[in-house]
Amino acid sequence: MSKDSLFAKKNMKLLSDPLDDNNPITVQVLGICSALAITVQLKPAVVMALSVLVVLSVANVVVSLMRHMIPSRIRIIVFLVVIAALVILVDQVLKAFVYDVSKELSVFVGLIITNCIICGRLEAFAMANPPGKAFLDGLGNSFGYGIILIIVAFFRELLGAGTLYGYPVLEKLGVYDLGYENNGMMILPPMALVTVGVLIWWQRARNEKLIEKN
Amino acid sequence: MQELANIFIKSIFIDNMVFAYFLGMCSYLAISKTVKTSVGMGLAVIFVLGITIPFNYLLEHYILKEGALVWISNHFIDVDLSFLSFIMFIAVIASIVQLVEMVIEKFSPALYSSLGIFLPLIAVNCAILGGSLFMQERGYSSITEATVFGLGSGVGWFLAIVGIAAIREKIRYSNVPPALRGLGITYIITGLMGIAFMSFMGIKL
Repeated sequence: MSKDSLFAKKNMKLLSDPLDDNNPITVQVLGICSALAITVQLKPAVVMALSVLVVLSVANVVVSLMRHMIPSRIRIIVFLVVIAALVILVDQVLKAFVYDVSKELSVFVGLIITNCIICGRLEAFAMANPPGKAFLDGLGNSFGYGIILIIVAFFRELLGAGTLYGYPVLEKLGVYDLGYENNGMMILPPMALVTVGVLIWWQRARNEKLIEKN
Repeated sequence: MQELANIFIKSIFIDNMVFAYFLGMCSYLAISKTVKTSVGMGLAVIFVLGITIPFNYLLEHYILKEGALVWISNHFIDVDLSFLSFIMFIAVIASIVQLVEMVIEKFSPALYSSLGIFLPLIAVNCAILGGSLFMQERGYSSITEATVFGLGSGVGWFLAIVGIAAIREKIRYSNVPPALRGLGITYIITGLMGIAFMSFMGIKL
């Protein structure tokens, strides 16, 4: 494959598809665990999305480079080793530079290892495609994942705590003086599920080819 | 004894894997279409959690933790290998799952035919790795406590998946708005079940 065809239209689709039509969370149903647990505030969600971006795109390239050497019987173990090594790197970097966020994410950094988006993309894409395309696929899917994380975290933090990225937006706007109260429910775990449910509802109502037949 | 019972109840209801921490959601959503398969998956999760958590507990306490290697020699008192815990835990989980699968296949073909197809899925179920990581984070004081925690979390996960499967079997006959069908409504039901489970939070143990 020549260099310029990497940015051909077909390859750009690899980047844009996961944002909507083939979104990892709302359509492929992968990687939900972490998406729900760390979306109480925007900051951990952004850090998590970036961590997944790094791990997924690098793992995709590494596995794609090794794809002719990996015996198919033990491929899952190989994937897990590659992913676990990358996650340890990310975890150490987070601990060194953003210790408070790393504490907040607690076990969920480690759980990137079993985040099904990564295993799923390695299995479905990286094993069958050259590194350049695999890299784009990794980027695209982590953007698709990140965008859902950020939307969910935006609503939960804004409605639940009245802040955005730690900045007290509603207080500055003076909404509290009008008698508005924070909805503490949004911070609790069940509302993450309902928020994602509503998001899926909205997406499918808009994009009718995604509707499941029962 | 009472301490153990507390951990058991707490890990089933209060710290429920699905409703409080969203662990194992992928298989929870994918395999909850019928009660029968969800029972199989739930049992497999209880089984694997009950085996891997004690194993990882030993690993944590005799190899990974700071100063854990003193049983070899006092020179190792400062060695802290805990940064390796992710890779060690997942390796233990993947190999135990593989072993368990082979053992069951050999000795109990009937059990294998009901659990067998779920076992490979379990290696990448975040509830299993999550169980081990929570065990590490919460620092249980003995291997019995860790095992009880593992079994309790497994039972909690089992309850959650069987519950949602039963509801999904019923909801197939209801008139759900088209865009919510399948995934969307399952999320919202899980959220409602989570609210119900939150009522256990008031229990003081």
